Amino acid sequence: MQRWFYVLPVVVFGLMAAGFYFGLRIDSNVLPSALINEEAPHFDLPPLPGRDKGFSSADLQGHVSLVNTFASWCGPCRMEHPVLNALAKTKRVPIYGINYKDAGEAANGWIAALGDPYAQIGMDSGRVGIDWGVYGVPETFIVDKTGHIRYKHVGPLSEADIDKTILPLVAQLQK
Amino acid sequence: MTLLSLRGTRRATKQSCAPGEQAGGQDGSRLLRFARNDIAWFALALLVLTCFALPAHAVRPDEMLPDPVLEARARDIGKELRCLVCRNQSIDDSEADLAHDLRVLVRERLKAGDSNDEVVAYIRARYGDFVLLRPPFEVSTWLLWGGPLLLLLIGLWGIGRYLRRQAGISAPPPLSPDEERRLAHILEHGADPKETAPKEAAR
Repeated sequence: MQRWFYVLPVVVFGLMAAGFYFGLRIDSNVLPSALINEEAPHFDLPPLPGRDKGFSSADLQGHVSLVNTFASWCGPCRMEHPVLNALAKTKRVPIYGINYKDAGEAANGWIAALGDPYAQIGMDSGRVGIDWGVYGVPETFIVDKTGHIRYKHVGPLSEADIDKTILPLVAQLQK
Repeated sequence: MTLLSLRGTRRATKQSCAPGEQAGGQDGSRLLRFARNDIAWFALALLVLTCFALPAHAVRPDEMLPDPVLEARARDIGKELRCLVCRNQSIDDSEADLAHDLRVLVRERLKAGDSNDEVVAYIRARYGDFVLLRPPFEVSTWLLWGGPLLLLLIGLWGIGRYLRRQAGISAPPPLSPDEERRLAHILEHGADPKETAPKEAAR
């Protein structure tokens, strides 16, 4: 039998080892979004109690925006909130909030205690979240000038995420 | 176990009459005792009952549609959709809040007149292929679906190669023209010319 045949198991093992090595580095908690480069869904969400402006898809037209889903019952959102506050202070990009499956008063209390980084907030009972492909808050989307979704971040944003991913992409889309 | 002891009995009767009968009687009473055993009956009942066990559904009564045909279609769709919170459960099996919302959504789409495929397409447009528990056959998934077949073909090829090689070893090489001549001579004269020739020369 040919000599190469004996090398074959080693080659196959090598390929499998490489596959597993890279496969194990994939974060299985982060699912790819089906909505990247798709138009953002159409919606019109009511405001939090005591406010007069909600959040609708029309608000996303004409400029780059960040859309952040959050809820007062969500622990990681609390972790993420200071990062959003800091980003809002830079005024680099408006942040819109989708208050996901939350009680209005609880959300108001949360905003009052932790600060309000949002340009506008809409209250969602869950259906708009499904239209955005949300499967767990917090999730953050970058929407371009034409209202198309360009990026999705699952889980709380860190300062590093803002500096390394969010702001460079926002700057590129704002050109 | 029953079969074994019966076979044992028959063999015993063949060997000799009296001890065989004795052994048979013993085995029979053991069988009877086993059948009367409460634990045995309990185990049997348990086994039969588990055959009728159905998987638990998370579908709540208040979600169900009054129309049994639509509800049956909703169940068919729900079985095929992954709950994105619990990943390895279908939305029908999952207690997660999102699964509940998706079940309600599926039923709303059905009431609005969507076909089963349209409902699945609606959810898939939002959550991607991952929401399908049965991945579609596409360019990106051919290895997933074709992989087992591919491995089978590689295995068959390997076996074929091995068998052909084995056949090559066991079959003797064909006779040379000289050997053919010798064989013909042996068959005709009953002697090998190569062995007889030196004898004649010695004489």
